[in-house]
Amino acid sequence: MPIPDPIAIRHGDRLALSRALTAVENNQPESRELLSALFPFTGQAHLIGITGAPGTGKSTLVNQLAKNLRREGHPDHPPQVAIIAVDPSSPFSGGALLGDRIRMADLAGDESIFIRSMASRGALGGLAHSTASFVTLLDSAGFDLIIIETVGAGQAEVDIASLAHTVLVVEAPGLGDDIQAIKAGILEIADIIVVNKADRPGADNTARALRVMLEMAQSQTSGPQGKHISKDPCVPSTSAKPATAAWDPPVHTIVATEGKGVQAVIEDIQRHARYLKGSGLWRQKEATRLRRDLEALIRDTLVNQWQQRRDQDQFEQVLADVIQRKYSPVEAVEKLL
Amino acid sequence: MTEKTIRVLIAKPGLDGHDRGAKVVARALRDAGMEVIYTGLRQTPDMIAEAALQEDVDVVGLSILSGAHNALVPAVMEKLRQSGLSDVKVFVGGIIPKPDIPNLLSLGVYAVYGPGTNTQTVIEDIHQATHKPTD
Ligand SMILES: Nc1nc2c(ncn2[C@@H]2O[C@H](COP(=O)(O)OP(=O)(O)OP(=O)(O)O)[C@@H](O)[C@H]2O)c(=O)[nH]1
Ligand SMILES: [Mg+2]
Repeated sequence: MPIPDPIAIRHGDRLALSRALTAVENNQPESRELLSALFPFTGQAHLIGITGAPGTGKSTLVNQLAKNLRREGHPDHPPQVAIIAVDPSSPFSGGALLGDRIRMADLAGDESIFIRSMASRGALGGLAHSTASFVTLLDSAGFDLIIIETVGAGQAEVDIASLAHTVLVVEAPGLGDDIQAIKAGILEIADIIVVNKADRPGADNTARALRVMLEMAQSQTSGPQGKHISKDPCVPSTSAKPATAAWDPPVHTIVATEGKGVQAVIEDIQRHARYLKGSGLWRQKEATRLRRDLEALIRDTLVNQWQQRRDQDQFEQVLADVIQRKYSPVEAVEKLL
Repeated sequence: MTEKTIRVLIAKPGLDGHDRGAKVVARALRDAGMEVIYTGLRQTPDMIAEAALQEDVDVVGLSILSGAHNALVPAVMEKLRQSGLSDVKVFVGGIIPKPDIPNLLSLGVYAVYGPGTNTQTVIEDIHQATHKPTD
């Protein structure tokens, strides 16, 4: 199948976009060229991550967010919204059941919304390996907001924290997961916390417990910048930036199935974007992510280059020598490279 | 070179209210290594074509128990064609009277399955339908 034309993608050809996503997902060789051609047109979209334990209502919330966000902005140019919904692949068959769309039926028929389900394909951090490349495609296609629903392993999903500008962590009452959450460090990646299913008993308790934990976490790491950002290795925590007030993650209680409380969440998402831009953190975050991507790419490329020119016989010989303790693995690497 | 993962959309057009059969098929296809997008009940032909386009599936499986297949299937086929998805293979499962089957096949449906069809048959047919000999 020919690789879609980058110009078609930039001009909103949805079929071309969809085919391009597949090419990228399958790591077709030509897709690298396509991503390179589109890269200059990225960096515009607000990336919103939605994470939280299975069944807490992430997809239901995404449905509401997308529906309501489409009413924001200038009436002539309401924001275009893309959704990437990641579900786990079966480790046994490699197949996957992608069911997030079931909750997003309200969004059907809106030409300015694009929903793509994605299987994790063996990646463990809550996203798939090509989720970041999906973002590149969707960003270059002109989507203003890109919502990414993670697998929802319920643990600290570091990948989404470094990819998204704004991370929403969705909790639900009665899972006893408030303690779990702090164990797994998920609150550290949260910019906004949403306690969903407030129509069920216990939501207020969960929200209260979360607020207490947030306060405790904050008193431990107080700095001029957002707490999880100040931990970033690329941002010296001592940097003498003009003091910006730290971002205090708000806690919302909502009923996603009814849309109750969703507008307040949207206002905080927008407030967070303004906060990031106003404080310079938007750019810093992006620089950090691109640095990581670049380093990972260099690593992958070097490994590939080595794989291509490796001498299998020599490798086996050296390995045999290592097994016989003639030299150590470290010395073996020196011989092989 | 690894084979491309087969992506399948399982959709229930029309108004019939239960999807046990569709879910059984969806799970069987997942266990056969396919990525199955399940969209839930009461999908219109427009919604099905839109989802098939966004998800870039190779196969659309329609589960129809309501008896409205003679209206729904042509509508879905037409919407897929309009969306530029004529190459997507369409399978129909459900309660389809024998005399209606030739008509559905003439619309370009790849295969029609009655109740109690072995999921292994469906899996083999999908592999055959999506196998591109020169590609
Ligand atoms: N009572 C109640 N149920 C809800 C609410 N929001 C979602 N649900 C239900 O919770 C179940 C799971 O919702 P999803 O939106 O699929 O949850 P999810 O977090 O996306 O699930 P996974 O993607 O499987 O991890 C569904 O049955 C929803 O109808 C809510 O506000 N109140
Ligand atoms: Mg979901």
